Amino acid sequence: MNRIDARFKLLKQQRRMLLAPFVTVGYPNISTSRDLALGYVEAGADMLEVGVPFSDPIADGPTVQAASQIALDGGTRLIHAFDLIADIRAKTEIPVLLMGYANPFMHHGFPELADDLAASGADGLITPDFLPEHADDLEALTAEKNIHLIRFAAPTTSQKRLEHIAAGAQGFLYCVSVAGVTGSRADLNPLLPDFLARVEGVTSTPRMVGFGISTPQHVRSLRGHAEGVIVASKLIDIVQSSTTKTAVSTASRYVSELVDAT
Amino acid sequence: MPQADLLPDNLGFYGPYGGRYVPETLVAALDELESAFKKYSQSPSFLRELNELLTLYAGRPTPVYYASQLSASVKGAPIYLKREDLAHTGAHKINNALGQGLLARVSGKPRVIAETGAGQHGVASATVCAMLGLDCVVYMGAEDVGRQALNVARMEVLGAEVISVTSGTCTLKDAINEALRDWVTNVENTFYLFGSATGPHPYPQIVREFQRVIGQEARAQITEQTGRLPSHVIACVNGGSNAIGIFDAFISEESVALIGVEAGGRGDSQGNHAATLALGNPGILHGSRSLLLQDDDGQVSTTHSVAAGLDYPGVGPEHAYLQDIGRATYASVTDAQAMDALRLLAKTEGIIAALESAHAVAYAVALAPQLDPNDLVLVNLSGRGDKDMETIAADHKSRR
Repeated sequence: MNRIDARFKLLKQQRRMLLAPFVTVGYPNISTSRDLALGYVEAGADMLEVGVPFSDPIADGPTVQAASQIALDGGTRLIHAFDLIADIRAKTEIPVLLMGYANPFMHHGFPELADDLAASGADGLITPDFLPEHADDLEALTAEKNIHLIRFAAPTTSQKRLEHIAAGAQGFLYCVSVAGVTGSRADLNPLLPDFLARVEGVTSTPRMVGFGISTPQHVRSLRGHAEGVIVASKLIDIVQSSTTKTAVSTASRYVSELVDAT
Repeated sequence: MPQADLLPDNLGFYGPYGGRYVPETLVAALDELESAFKKYSQSPSFLRELNELLTLYAGRPTPVYYASQLSASVKGAPIYLKREDLAHTGAHKINNALGQGLLARVSGKPRVIAETGAGQHGVASATVCAMLGLDCVVYMGAEDVGRQALNVARMEVLGAEVISVTSGTCTLKDAINEALRDWVTNVENTFYLFGSATGPHPYPQIVREFQRVIGQEARAQITEQTGRLPSHVIACVNGGSNAIGIFDAFISEESVALIGVEAGGRGDSQGNHAATLALGNPGILHGSRSLLLQDDDGQVSTTHSVAAGLDYPGVGPEHAYLQDIGRATYASVTDAQAMDALRLLAKTEGIIAALESAHAVAYAVALAPQLDPNDLVLVNLSGRGDKDMETIAADHKSRR
């Protein structure tokens, strides 16, 4: 069984939501991003999303953009993401997903991408600018390696399309909390529960909520509305405002607070 | 209508190029845009209003002019100019801005966003929004804001808000990133008035449809003036809207050579040019799969051109397809060659072209002497050079 599916099964028994922190590989530098990922695992993260930076991240707000630029300026490449995933896999059995934009993956080659994901021990792939209607080739290649290609649902997604997306979903549906880009927010979209209920109406696939989930309070408020949450920009904000010495411990402590809220 | 085989397939592909590589949030808006476009581009009342605005507001048809002095100075085949520089706001961009502006209005979107490089599409968008009573926000890279200050002032006087984009390379590519982020966030009330023949489906098709008027007019005008079709049609290409607009009417005429001219900048090394069709490879940027200038890890490259409107690492998917099937060829011209051509055209014909359009002129003046006098070269003079006067003046001073 894919580790993502196994994890959701386990958490269902434990009646908890899944908490997945996000790490930009190479931010603030390659070795610290590795320490952050391992720190999050130690802090009780249920799953990890490892982001590979791209020069033109259209779905990301200023926080992830800035982190991506710093990572690229520091020489981060796709191979560093595979290395990081392999390092995590050597230490834990929690599911790990690679997140990135379509172009670097296509440039790498989809067969090579599927091979490298499998070799590094990844369980899933998230590409925010790669719609299911264009993904047949990639989906076939990743499925062969038992890697889930994650699909997105947005509040703007029509009912008919939502049904179509959900019908082919693997692992979980990435539910975008709000029409917008990534970035920490003070408040959640008040219509989010309605949207999540709409998703539940068409599928039993677990719902992971991302974009703007920032605080333990946000996480608590999603209990009963979703099976998991992804936290990205808030953690990058914490790293950014910490010193090199304290970044890993401060951000990891925050992850444990988020886990406690699940 | 264009030939059926030159329309994109139902997923928006021209051969392997095109499509929709966008976040899920935008799919509904693109679907809505596509159905509005399908409906209104066939609607007699919509087309009547558009044609009336093109005629009475934008000043169409723009003339085709025989550049006899320029032709005499370079010898060889005669050179004709399609004078898009004479359209309102000084470039072909107004054609598409009027079409999409009307689409925004009938779609009930009160807020329009646009990206701009040289500022011409931004000015055209601000102009149309002022006339139609729509709010307008224009994203422009900080570097372009600096080198196209006059166009920034024009947009602001027209009532648009110009947002200077300081992320990435601070040019058109980053302005599009920021406009797409705005659209994702404000998709309910906002129409993205896309200026180039790139972007996610259906934008390349829409932009071509609204720029087709260039080729339609030019074909009729040159046939009337000379009794024949041109042997060569030349246009500058970056995203490729003016080129696809003039190529459209000649694609089905196998005897007409279609030549797009890219920015050769300072040379062929990475970061010094924007010759995507010549030197790029397949990639995905800003919602479509096309050719792309990128490094060996799939990161988008920096580019350079003296012409802000050619300084973009991508190209419209239909141009990539036309190159693949051999229907159009693409060449490049350096900064220096473009400036020389601009000066030659100014001296011989009294026309100061935009630096972008000067790339097409440069290719034409190099090609004409190699052709038979019975050949006929048609150049799309896509815009006028007022916006570039600071760059042109600095060059002029350096030559004295």
